[in-house]
Amino acid sequence: MSVHEPASMKPSGPPQHGGGFSQSALDEIAELRKRYPTAEALTLPALHIAQREWGGWLPDEAIAAVAAELDLPVAKVYGVVTFYDLYHQKPVGRHRIRVCTNLSCQLRGSEEIMETLQQELGVGEDEITPDGRCSYVHFECLGSCDTAPMMMVDDDYHENLTPNRVRQIVKGLK
Amino acid sequence: MAVFEPVLTRNVGRPEALTLKGYKQNGGYEGLAKALKMEPDAVIDEVKKSGLRGRGGAGFSAGLKWSFIPKGKDKPKYLVCNADESEPGTFKDRLLMEYDPHQLIEGCAICCWAVSAATCYIYIRGEYTKAAEILERALKDAYEGGILGDSVMGSGFKLNMYVHRGAGAYICGEETGMLESLEGKRGQPRVKPPFPAVVGAFGAPTVINNVETLANVPHIMVRGADWFKAIGTDERNTGPKLYAISGHVERPGTYEYPIGVTFREMLEGCGGMLKGRPLKAFIPGGASAPILKADQIDIKMDFDTVAKAGSMLGSAAVIVMDDTTCMVRSVSRLAKFFNHESCGQCTPCREGTNWLELMLKRIEHGEGTERDSQVLLSICSHIGGNSLCALGDAAIGPVQSLVKNFQEEIDQHIRDRACPFPHRRYFES
Repeated sequence: MSVHEPASMKPSGPPQHGGGFSQSALDEIAELRKRYPTAEALTLPALHIAQREWGGWLPDEAIAAVAAELDLPVAKVYGVVTFYDLYHQKPVGRHRIRVCTNLSCQLRGSEEIMETLQQELGVGEDEITPDGRCSYVHFECLGSCDTAPMMMVDDDYHENLTPNRVRQIVKGLK
Repeated sequence: MAVFEPVLTRNVGRPEALTLKGYKQNGGYEGLAKALKMEPDAVIDEVKKSGLRGRGGAGFSAGLKWSFIPKGKDKPKYLVCNADESEPGTFKDRLLMEYDPHQLIEGCAICCWAVSAATCYIYIRGEYTKAAEILERALKDAYEGGILGDSVMGSGFKLNMYVHRGAGAYICGEETGMLESLEGKRGQPRVKPPFPAVVGAFGAPTVINNVETLANVPHIMVRGADWFKAIGTDERNTGPKLYAISGHVERPGTYEYPIGVTFREMLEGCGGMLKGRPLKAFIPGGASAPILKADQIDIKMDFDTVAKAGSMLGSAAVIVMDDTTCMVRSVSRLAKFFNHESCGQCTPCREGTNWLELMLKRIEHGEGTERDSQVLLSICSHIGGNSLCALGDAAIGPVQSLVKNFQEEIDQHIRDRACPFPHRRYFES
């Protein structure tokens, strides 16, 4: 593994995925290849696919698999991973909660949403609950300011939140 | 004001518009059909004549931008639709994509015809998964219905259109940052010139337009530049405009008005201030726009009037704040945003946004000193104009307006050694 990273970013558990991409992921990447004049342009799409394949985050192995598939230096792919907020370099909960705390949401109580999550989940920001179920982070504007406060659970927007509503949503997450 | 018939949002509340058939029932793809019968240059001229200015923030003439693309069909050219809507307070493009995806596809197709681009990428922010899915479905329909593909509406013009998902980075909304990101790199803005019209995506001439800008185009084709020009304040501020209103108002949302509606009318249109509390301040154009005071309530919300008042229309994201709002705290939050989103390439922006955040936090928590306002302004002066892209300039706008318009509030924090605004619980427990 040629990726250099600080010790604190080392994956905490065993790899969740042996070997490289699944065949269906490879097929998906091959299909996307037709859309772009260069293979490098597939870096973001391939990283999205890799993150899905590797259980919601990108261990070194996943970054190396993307680099190998696109014939790019690992360092280049690694540099891309570190640039974007949606790629994770350490494990996340099965459900990833993102709370918008930017101005429009701050004006309508987003801090109380963060507090409620901490009370409900019993862990701090960006930590995983002991059962592996959830992790939560504050996030920059998610483009849902008219329904503030809001949060994203995995790919779904939850809008016009109240502390009670947050408790219900969290209880419903398996 | 006379009742304004919605143009861009006419299909909101018509779920059938999500299908090709439903979209066509309401006049959909007539603009593209018309454009395909015109010479590409004539299409550019019509858009130029309409006065349509970019709805993403910069307000540059769309037709002029298209006219910069070199002529001829020998080299590939691209359209990149900027759907990376990330300016805090902005949510209008999400609405356009989620409720009327074909309107955007039609606008993109007309632009591609006008500049002879055979490929269009819709670069959508990674968080907009629902909008991306809706667009993908609409694109599939458009291919199957002969709108896209080898022969656009039977014209022989070949056009491919794809959704490209970002991965969470505000800077990718900057046009050259977006091109870098599309090419699979870190989204760090490029040195200009060369401009994207000459060297854009994959080294080829490229048009980059915002979602709302392109959504206007089919209507200009169908109803003509003169119709478009008749809407708005004057010949430099034309057409319908979406305003995304959030914060302390009764009914936040996306509202469509002729460009140049006054802020007062807009506020009345969304039910007024939340719980009838007094207006204290508002941001007229997203997090990058300097904050205006309540005494500007009658301002016309168009590019030039807002600029004259010392702010900018930007993405027309209007964030409204009532008298319980701590301005230091609000600007501190925006400073945190810009610090997080600075791509790190240019030192003045990378370091300066960090200092702005730290200092504003310090003032907010009652630990500021009397010199702080001057230091803030000095940091701003070192960032402004000294970085490659507009992010640095954007970051200083709110801070400068805080010092200019709300100096007394800064002083109060420093004098009392605490925030004078009790941190109100928003929700009754």
